[in-house]
Amino acid sequence: MNRFSYLRATSIDEAVRAAAADPTSRFIAGGTNLIDLMKYNVERPERLIDITRLPLNRIEEADGGGLRIGALVTNDEAASDPRIRDRYPLLSSAILAGASPQLRNSATTGGNLLQRTRCYYFYDPGTPCNKREPGTGCPAAFGRNRIHAILGTSEHCIATHPSDMAVALAALEAVVHVAGPDGERAIPLSDFHRLPGDHPEIDTTLRHGEIITAVELPPTDYGRHYTYLKLRDRLSYAFALVSVAVALQMDGDTIADARLALGGVAHKPWRDPEGEAMLRGQPAAEDRFAAVASHILKDAKGYEDNAFKIDLAKRAIIRALSQAAAGTPQSQTDKRIQ
Amino acid sequence: MQPANAYIGTPQNRVDGRAKVTGEAKYAAEFDAPDLAYGIVVSSAIAKGRIKSIDTSAALAVPGVLQVFTHENRSRTAWFDRNFRDETAPPGSPFRPLYDEGIVYGGQPVALVVAEEFELAAHAASLVRIEYETDAHMTDLDLRRSEAYVPPKKRSNVKPPPSPRGDAEGALAQAPVKVHAEYRVAIEHHNPMETHASTVIYEQDGTLTIHDKTQGAQNSQSYVSSVFGLSSSQVRVASPYIGGAFGSGPRPQYQLFLAVMAALELKRSVRVVLTRDQMFTFGYRPLTIQTISLGANPDGKLVSLMHDAIQTTSTFEDYQEVVVNWSNLLYHCDNVKLTYQLAQVDTYTPIDMRAPGAALGVTAIETAMDELAYAAGIDPVELRLRNYAETDEADKKTFTSKELRACYQLGAERFGWAKRNPEPRSMRDGRELVGWGMATGVWEAIMQKTAARAVLTRDGNLEITSATTDIGTGTYTILTQIAAETLGLPMEAVTTKIGDSSLPKSPVQGGSWTAASAGSAVQNACLSVREQLFKYARQMEESPLANASIEQVMFVDGRICLMNEPNVGVIFAEAMQAAGVERVEAEEKASPGMLTSMRHSGYSHSAVFVDVKVDEELGRVRVTRVVNAVAAGTILNPKTARSQILGGVVFGIGMALEEESMLDHNLGRFMNHNLAEYHVPVNADVYDIDVIFVSEHEQLLNPLGIKGLGEIGVVGTAAAIGNAVFHATGKRVREYPITVDKLLG
Repeated sequence: MNRFSYLRATSIDEAVRAAAADPTSRFIAGGTNLIDLMKYNVERPERLIDITRLPLNRIEEADGGGLRIGALVTNDEAASDPRIRDRYPLLSSAILAGASPQLRNSATTGGNLLQRTRCYYFYDPGTPCNKREPGTGCPAAFGRNRIHAILGTSEHCIATHPSDMAVALAALEAVVHVAGPDGERAIPLSDFHRLPGDHPEIDTTLRHGEIITAVELPPTDYGRHYTYLKLRDRLSYAFALVSVAVALQMDGDTIADARLALGGVAHKPWRDPEGEAMLRGQPAAEDRFAAVASHILKDAKGYEDNAFKIDLAKRAIIRALSQAAAGTPQSQTDKRIQ
Repeated sequence: MQPANAYIGTPQNRVDGRAKVTGEAKYAAEFDAPDLAYGIVVSSAIAKGRIKSIDTSAALAVPGVLQVFTHENRSRTAWFDRNFRDETAPPGSPFRPLYDEGIVYGGQPVALVVAEEFELAAHAASLVRIEYETDAHMTDLDLRRSEAYVPPKKRSNVKPPPSPRGDAEGALAQAPVKVHAEYRVAIEHHNPMETHASTVIYEQDGTLTIHDKTQGAQNSQSYVSSVFGLSSSQVRVASPYIGGAFGSGPRPQYQLFLAVMAALELKRSVRVVLTRDQMFTFGYRPLTIQTISLGANPDGKLVSLMHDAIQTTSTFEDYQEVVVNWSNLLYHCDNVKLTYQLAQVDTYTPIDMRAPGAALGVTAIETAMDELAYAAGIDPVELRLRNYAETDEADKKTFTSKELRACYQLGAERFGWAKRNPEPRSMRDGRELVGWGMATGVWEAIMQKTAARAVLTRDGNLEITSATTDIGTGTYTILTQIAAETLGLPMEAVTTKIGDSSLPKSPVQGGSWTAASAGSAVQNACLSVREQLFKYARQMEESPLANASIEQVMFVDGRICLMNEPNVGVIFAEAMQAAGVERVEAEEKASPGMLTSMRHSGYSHSAVFVDVKVDEELGRVRVTRVVNAVAAGTILNPKTARSQILGGVVFGIGMALEEESMLDHNLGRFMNHNLAEYHVPVNADVYDIDVIFVSEHEQLLNPLGIKGLGEIGVVGTAAAIGNAVFHATGKRVREYPITVDKLLG
């Protein structure tokens, strides 16, 4: 860990100005990931800007019938909020699938989106890593890559984004509200995280100095036709090998509309509009789900340790679509998968 | 009538429980000193080669940094390997921290940064710049397999495989039923909650008081003395509480060396705590490739048994453990061939990990026996009974006691094994396949020479001391029980002090030998105090016990009284007062009986039954029920004993399904070096565990009949789970852990 200075911001303006003035600064809220990264010398900010006193900790009704979740709302508050449980149970379920109660009590909505990959190499400064030190190489591609990506990788990086919450938000077509030196803007969640390409060191489209103020959920009506299915190397407290968030609008046995996002497979929550379109107007049938799964994974590329994820992802998609169509979402406490 | 103070065999709460849950119990890194400085270890980025240059100027320039120790400025230490060898060291040249510029494994400590504050040391450590010259390294056992060798020098207390008997190859060729397969268990790291730490207090007179996370306070003390050329009176090591160790702590680790060196050089107190990722930079359970060939008659009786193992060791020591001997110990066979070899890789030397050797070897043989059960069409329990070893055939000895048959029977009954449909894939629960599997467990009942002291004071309090440690196993509690019962005192009147090098001599805690060894020593010391007390009581004027012999009296509630007339007796304090003594004390030893060990073999046994649910499409396994029936002689405290077995079973679930230290062979480095990516079971992974202690009358190993419980719970569990997965799915996975990828497809 390096030495750093500390500023407790009292207003969004102050936080943004302080961050914009210092390219080595980082915002800190729950700190559940940043502090770890600092201990490992992966992140070495010279200034920490504490934003926990900013008025961003409320969940409010949004214009047009949605909900607006303040960036500082903790994961636990979001998951247990009656409005979210009632209107966005997919989000609540995904959050509860992640981390541990202690972490969820501390981690925030904005921080969850900005958490960094758990790639072994990224975390270990004794090894090369293009995300940590651009230009040094990606040993994961030829090394241990069990937890790595199978979609949207580049020769420079095969890391995944580890969040569960973000996968649900992608399926719910949430919008990220940010404030920055140039004012406020709104970023669709699907455009918030980026693929590694030639610049794996850049995780998101957030510009330096910008701060997440809220995540807005548009109105939806999926009822019980959703699920968050997370597959991992133990029954709890592990990052996803593959996860699937599904929300379906059912018209009898026919799928009127479908949203599906994958976690644990790419540098961002993975959506495939063509795959979703293949479900629209179709009966909820397993062969159709299989066709959709094959389509979504058609360009997947496996590596030595993680090639199994391609098959696993297909099976998980089929199961998740079956659960959502039947209105029997996956429980996050009973570890039996329906 | 059950006499008062009859504690042995009764469930008792941990005497150290309150101290642990209130935080009163202090661990190595929690001790403080007014002049305490903090050391942070810098680890090597390469696996093999040498340090070309090491630039410490930026680190030293940080105000508050006291020194950066490297191979260039380290203090002089002992010259000979023997000075670095501890009581559990395997043959070879022990690793010497900061010895020279050479790098022999990934993560090797290359510098220690010491500063006035922990944060300063951490910051400065990140500023040390090192240039390396790399040599080609090799960490892949498969590529070193052809260079495997029989260790030329045996590790003490580790039996090499016995000589072959009969003609195993010939018998196999003729056998009507055969099984031949290769089995692997991934490298594991211990991952105790408490990371390794040493706080070295530099006393005003220049002596050292060291709070070390270790399984052997005296082992650490003698290591420090011999490496740094100090007399034993200058070094005291205290380790009263240990936050789990599982075998990671018998050998003095490099943080101890570094902290002592810094303290001596700086002449002030120093603390060094390893980080979680540095817990992956020393010993581990070695990667082991095992090949087993079984030949049997159609009735399942073995006619040929071959079991070969190749294990990783380092380039500087020949680590050894007992891997293959268990096969013949469990099963009768006339044609037996067992081999054990090592292959060198560029890692640190492996180190004992809970049931070293047995956890690996028994996993393989018990998986192979399950395969044989299907090949011969015989129930797995029945197959084991048909091949039951009545004697220790390799050593030509009889067992001191062996209630394994009862383990099979009681375990099977409790589990409901009779209702099992033997056909794989035949049982379902909704969408999930159901699998029932079983396996045998075995571990040696070992005793080591150990001393203990008992001091009874006139106020009726008894103090028990021994240098042995309690790594969370319940040693404090069982020693207290034994002392209280032997001397006839309430447990509350007994204080047990252990984990200190200044106390009566004890080996490291390990091998499940502590209860038998320290327990017997405590019993002997208390018996000695009894005799003295009885002598004083008889010598009292008009003593009501004057004509009694020690066989005719009992010691209850601080009194000596006649067995047939309990109202007649003498209070301890009165006897001591009459004799004019304030205290009665004795130090006694306990050792394994030579005659017993020449004629008999002592082992604990278990039968593990497991119920798994498998979601086949998604490759997900849940271990929903475990019954573990254990025969281990006298169970001193069923409550702490059950906890031991529960922990062992959880360890086995980890081995079966989750635990794997992933080496990147390109970098020669363990990559998943944290608790997020090295998966140990969490609460959700653990369902019902039912522990049965099978009654076993043991009277040869030691007077109390103790065999020990630290290891037996893990042995067999992984194989039982693997066998259950086969029963559920029809898929045999021979590489543990059985992860999702191995079950898909």
